[in-house]
Amino acid sequence: MSLLAGAEGPAAEAGWGHDHERKGFFTDTSICIGCKACEVACKEWNRNPIDGNLEILGSSYDNTGELGANTWRHVAFVEQGQERIEEARESGRKLVSLGMPGIGPKSSGPRGATPAGDLSQTDRTPPDTPEFRWLMSSDVCKHCTNAGCLDVCPTGAIFRSEFGSVVVQQDVCNGCGTCVSACPFGVIERRDDGTVSPHANREEKIDRMGTASKCTLCYDRLVDGEEPACSATCPTQSITFGDHPDLAAEAKQRVADLHARGMTEARLYGTNPKDGVGGTGSVFLLLDEPEVYGLPPDPQVPTKSLPMLYARTGLAAAGMVAAVALSFLGARR
Amino acid sequence: MSLTEYDADRPPEKPRRRGGGKRRRRRGLGDVGMGDGSREGAVVEDVEIERSDEYDSYYGRPVVKAPPWKAPIAVYLFLGGVAGGSGLLAFGAQCTGRPVLRRNARLTALGTVGLGTLALIEDLGRPERFLNMMRTVKVTSPMSLGTWVVGGFASLSGVLGALEVDRLAGEKLPLGALRPLLRAAEGPASLGQVALAPLLASYTGALLGNTVVPTWEAGRGHLPYLFASSASLAAGGAAMVTTPVAEAGPARLLTVAGVAGDVASMHLMKESMHPLEREPLETGTPGKLLTWAERLAIAGGIGTLLGGRHRVVAAVSGAALLTASALTRFGVLNAGLESVKDPRRVIEPQKARLAVRRAAGITDDSITTAG
Repeated sequence: MSLLAGAEGPAAEAGWGHDHERKGFFTDTSICIGCKACEVACKEWNRNPIDGNLEILGSSYDNTGELGANTWRHVAFVEQGQERIEEARESGRKLVSLGMPGIGPKSSGPRGATPAGDLSQTDRTPPDTPEFRWLMSSDVCKHCTNAGCLDVCPTGAIFRSEFGSVVVQQDVCNGCGTCVSACPFGVIERRDDGTVSPHANREEKIDRMGTASKCTLCYDRLVDGEEPACSATCPTQSITFGDHPDLAAEAKQRVADLHARGMTEARLYGTNPKDGVGGTGSVFLLLDEPEVYGLPPDPQVPTKSLPMLYARTGLAAAGMVAAVALSFLGARR
Repeated sequence: MSLTEYDADRPPEKPRRRGGGKRRRRRGLGDVGMGDGSREGAVVEDVEIERSDEYDSYYGRPVVKAPPWKAPIAVYLFLGGVAGGSGLLAFGAQCTGRPVLRRNARLTALGTVGLGTLALIEDLGRPERFLNMMRTVKVTSPMSLGTWVVGGFASLSGVLGALEVDRLAGEKLPLGALRPLLRAAEGPASLGQVALAPLLASYTGALLGNTVVPTWEAGRGHLPYLFASSASLAAGGAAMVTTPVAEAGPARLLTVAGVAGDVASMHLMKESMHPLEREPLETGTPGKLLTWAERLAIAGGIGTLLGGRHRVVAAVSGAALLTASALTRFGVLNAGLESVKDPRRVIEPQKARLAVRRAAGITDDSITTAG
């Protein structure tokens, strides 16, 4: 058996034996308006509780914080000035000059193409002014090709669905927490708290308590032929759902368009099947370095080094046996 | 701008500051206008906006998450190590005719693996489902393989422990027809125990190493050695506490070897790490625990070498070594849990390794691409 799935698709490797395409998200952060409708739709559909008490976090308009057991969609808000925009544009340009597949930069020229029709009365200033910009990005489980959480789950509670997504069976999970530390993106978490009702009546039972929980790519909706709640509700098509190969192609086309308009800060995150997690099911178009959005710059699935780790464990065990044997041979009576 | 003549009574407005940068805006109630009612008061208290000026992380929030593992897991790491080492000592004692060491080591193995298993179950989110661990055998999951090792070792230790208790009680346990069965099982059970024992002591290194927790990930090449060494010195220490010096000779030698391995592998592990990944092992509470672990291990090792043939010195050294091993496990576990709190510990080493690969001409394996 192979330790890690190939690039041709995890669902095929999982042995489903059918012709479902791998499904996924393409999150185009350049057209996200930060409305958080995806967060709300996700919470409502999946009946996820709130995290702790309502509080203002003081990080722009983001009062959700981060992805976790109770939050499966999280909209990040980053405020940036002119200097940082230039830096982002430059770092994006460097990705092109690394010899990666892509298109050449166009550093000068108008930003934002003109739509058709009579626009003489329209204010044509791009909303994203060079002096200031607001990055908004809806983060979600990546549904990795080589998913760390799935690899290390000792109960088999986490499985690869026929849609190529990674799903937790909450009635099987016993809450050991191993998956939490195996996710390079910090997505999956054990649900240890959360409330769905006001303080007055707290007796209400919360689903998935004590077990690992994360985005299921709305598995329950997919089996009924529906699309996930977040993408269905997104008003700007920043979140699109579909067949993974189509989404990847669409994402590449979008980056090419943005680069042609001089927005060289645009880059893709997760479309490369050769990366540390074998490519992700949810791909993103970012406008700055991944760490600005709280994403890891070089995630690696821990299972990749498991053969080395097992070899070391075997060596350590052998060394211990040798030490004990020598101790008994060397000890005087 | 003045709208009414009474506006002249208002104190002059302070100039507004723009583009706060790292400056913090904190205004008292008087400043916002609650004092004399001349201006609308703020209903919500002014929130301090963190500006991520550095753009090296998202508001300093963690990138990866720590597992929900608390003290019981550190206790388990320690007890599992003692159990594994004791299993090896018991087999050696059986082969070389040291009945007291054999008995004590078997009872230690049974007690520690039993308590350790309870600690493991206690730390589950749904303890009543602990048997779900036995639904499958998964090669890609150190936790799964480890569960089978623990389960097998505990069962065999149960058989051997029952035999020893029966012998201690002068064969008065109401075992009935079970006694001959247990006796017949002693040979195979002790072979099975000694086969699983070293794996029980070292697999926990793979368990912690196979994560993305920065300090454990960086130490993954050394953790199995560190834990096997720590298990050796702890099991040796336990035997020195429980067993008369005449039979504890091998335990003393194992202890000294364990101390050498423990100190050496901890230093090698730290040296191989990025400074940001190493820091949690050297600072704060985990740093203190590990410093004391090293001191106690060395002290116990010296005590064993110099006074190991004196019963009291041996027992004190043994206790010091057991404490050292426990502190090592608590230190390593807590250093890992601490290391995820600062996103730089994840981001900086990752950027560094990406830059190294790019400098070496490998540009096709980045998760960030231009198209």
